[in-house]
Amino acid sequence: MFDWLFTDDWFPKFDWRWDFAWEILPRLLEATLNTLIAAAAGYLIALVVGLFLALAQRTNYRTVTFAVREFVEFVRSTPLLLQIFFIFYVGPQFGVTLSPWVSGMIAIGLHYSCYLSEVYRGGIESVPKGQWEAATALNMSTLQTYKRVVIPQAIPPAIAGLGNYLVGIFKDTPMLSVIGVAELIHTANAIGSETWRYLEAYTMVGIIFLVLSLPAAGLIRAFEGFVRRKLGM
Amino acid sequence: MSFFEFVSVYWPRLLTGTGITVAQFFLSAIFAVLLSLAFGLMKMSSNRAVKGFAVTYIEIFRGTSLLVQLYWIFFVLPLFGVTLEKFTAGYVAIAMNTGAYGAELVRGGILAVPKGQWEAATAINMSPAKRMWRIILPQALVNMLPPWGNLMIEVLKGTALVSLISVADLMFQAKQINASTYLSAQIFGTALIIYYILARFMLTPFMRWLEAFMSRKLGKA
Amino acid sequence: MEDMSAFPLEITGEDVPMVSFRKVRKAYGSLVVLDNLDLDVAAGEMVTIIGPSGSGKTTVLRMLMTLEQINGGVIYVDGQPLTHMSKGGTLVPANQRHLRKRRADIGMCFQHFNLFPHMTALENCMEGPVQVLGLPKAEARARSEELLELVGMIDKKDQHPSRLSGGQQQRVAIARALAMRPKVMLFDEVTSALDPEVIGEVTNVIRKLVSEHNLTMLMVTHQMGFARDISDRVCFFYDGKIEEQGKPADLFGNPKRERTQQFLSAVKEAV
Repeated sequence: MFDWLFTDDWFPKFDWRWDFAWEILPRLLEATLNTLIAAAAGYLIALVVGLFLALAQRTNYRTVTFAVREFVEFVRSTPLLLQIFFIFYVGPQFGVTLSPWVSGMIAIGLHYSCYLSEVYRGGIESVPKGQWEAATALNMSTLQTYKRVVIPQAIPPAIAGLGNYLVGIFKDTPMLSVIGVAELIHTANAIGSETWRYLEAYTMVGIIFLVLSLPAAGLIRAFEGFVRRKLGM
Repeated sequence: MSFFEFVSVYWPRLLTGTGITVAQFFLSAIFAVLLSLAFGLMKMSSNRAVKGFAVTYIEIFRGTSLLVQLYWIFFVLPLFGVTLEKFTAGYVAIAMNTGAYGAELVRGGILAVPKGQWEAATAINMSPAKRMWRIILPQALVNMLPPWGNLMIEVLKGTALVSLISVADLMFQAKQINASTYLSAQIFGTALIIYYILARFMLTPFMRWLEAFMSRKLGKA
Repeated sequence: MEDMSAFPLEITGEDVPMVSFRKVRKAYGSLVVLDNLDLDVAAGEMVTIIGPSGSGKTTVLRMLMTLEQINGGVIYVDGQPLTHMSKGGTLVPANQRHLRKRRADIGMCFQHFNLFPHMTALENCMEGPVQVLGLPKAEARARSEELLELVGMIDKKDQHPSRLSGGQQQRVAIARALAMRPKVMLFDEVTSALDPEVIGEVTNVIRKLVSEHNLTMLMVTHQMGFARDISDRVCFFYDGKIEEQGKPADLFGNPKRERTQQFLSAVKEAV
């Protein structure tokens, strides 16, 4: 399979056409916007649902805790791709038709809410027991304890994890292409099947992902530092 | 059609699909471990070219999507004269993607070995290679096994993507059966359960056992 | 099931003790930490608990703060049951609502301060009055500043705990507890986590509280000299029971029980 290395005409095989790359750029940028919207919307769902999943696992109702725990485990150990298909196709079977966007957002939001619930849980568990006891000694209610004492302290240690999953959700949006959400890979597929040229589109999609996710690690660290300073910790 | 009838009709296809999924998993996992070790160690090299190569690999494969990598390897690499058969392209993409994450785990695990262990090995005049292989890596392995458990689940989940380049794995079979029967809840539900059983009742217990085994071997438990 | 008829629904009459432990039992599984504890603390009294580690002395304070559930007996505060509530003429274990109502009488300072790290000293003190007591912010601020003044921390009121020394943090923690205007204050080894040179600044604050305020206090400490100076009564705990108690001069000067003598001489040797 490495024959091409030993022939002298391998260079033209790269066959990168700048004019074609330039021509498809607007379409890819539009798709980038869609990708970012999908990631942001999915992430918002995951942030909210994840918090509820985390808190539900801390209640005193054993059945609730157990059921939520098992649900989280189930979602985390099965493929997102399959979950996307499940949500998209099972609805119509029971008379509920969801658009690709809606079912995509539900699937990806739910999938990542399970991951985020673990991040929240870790953050909450990192708050020392003494803080809970001090809140009790001040006669705070459970709600006040969470709102005023525990959650503010649980957030800084959770930021790194929350940020990584934001990047993760962004990188998983290509799976939404399978149900027709017009994000980057979907657009690259379309370009490929229209023109029979794959090199430029897939390579540019890769570069777009790289450009957007590479600075993320640094930004997340900076944001964590900012929040910690803001809280005086 | 009852669920029982459904399973009795379609179990052979689900079974072969599961077989392909398991095969993809094992091949991906083995190559991912090798790549992780190689690039994890290379990233710690003092040679800047070696280190730079490792960093570039890791950043590229962690910075883009598995699906993008899979398509690139399957659709674009042939333009460079490297044509991989779809089955091969599948596990190569997953292994390369996972290897980038695993390399960081290897590096982290090695860095977590106390400095005194390096010094003690040097003090008995071990060669750097021997020190790494005999003293540091075994301890690093115990350090990094728990996160490897999670990574292995990701590998298993990642294999579902090979269905998108028509490798006839479990996901692919489920899609095909769905397209011909529209029994979406049954088929996708069954596939979800199979993946869950593989992950929760086979892979996770195995990783737990491996963790316990390794710590016993190192006299930690 | 314990026979609750032995316990009154409330304590009435003259000289109602501020705190009353009646046959209190605490066990972790089969390990009994406190057995049949009876202890009354009068209003305005300062009682110090000493004893070897593992003797259950900290557990006494933690049960009173309702941080630990008791496994038997009843604790009364100001004549009212704390750990139980009356229902149909008998005592039943307290629910959250009852606990929140009764806990308002009690304040506590911890060995590790447990200040809220994301709030300044002043915000720490205002948190309870504003959020729990529902005071207007201005009033809570005035009250908190007054207390920070009392503990000598007013010039650091806008600092976060991470910028304060252990002694300073503990003084803020005392102000925070006092801001809730409790009837009973609990000090759980408040100097144990401090560097020797700053212990004095915390003990001086407690001295001031004893001499100037009519608070009921329960204190667990390892500082025998301080306990001797300041307490109205000292209880020596051993193996989950009160082995000996009395006025500090008697207990320290003339201990009657052998275990007390052993403990005190062991402590003396360590100094």
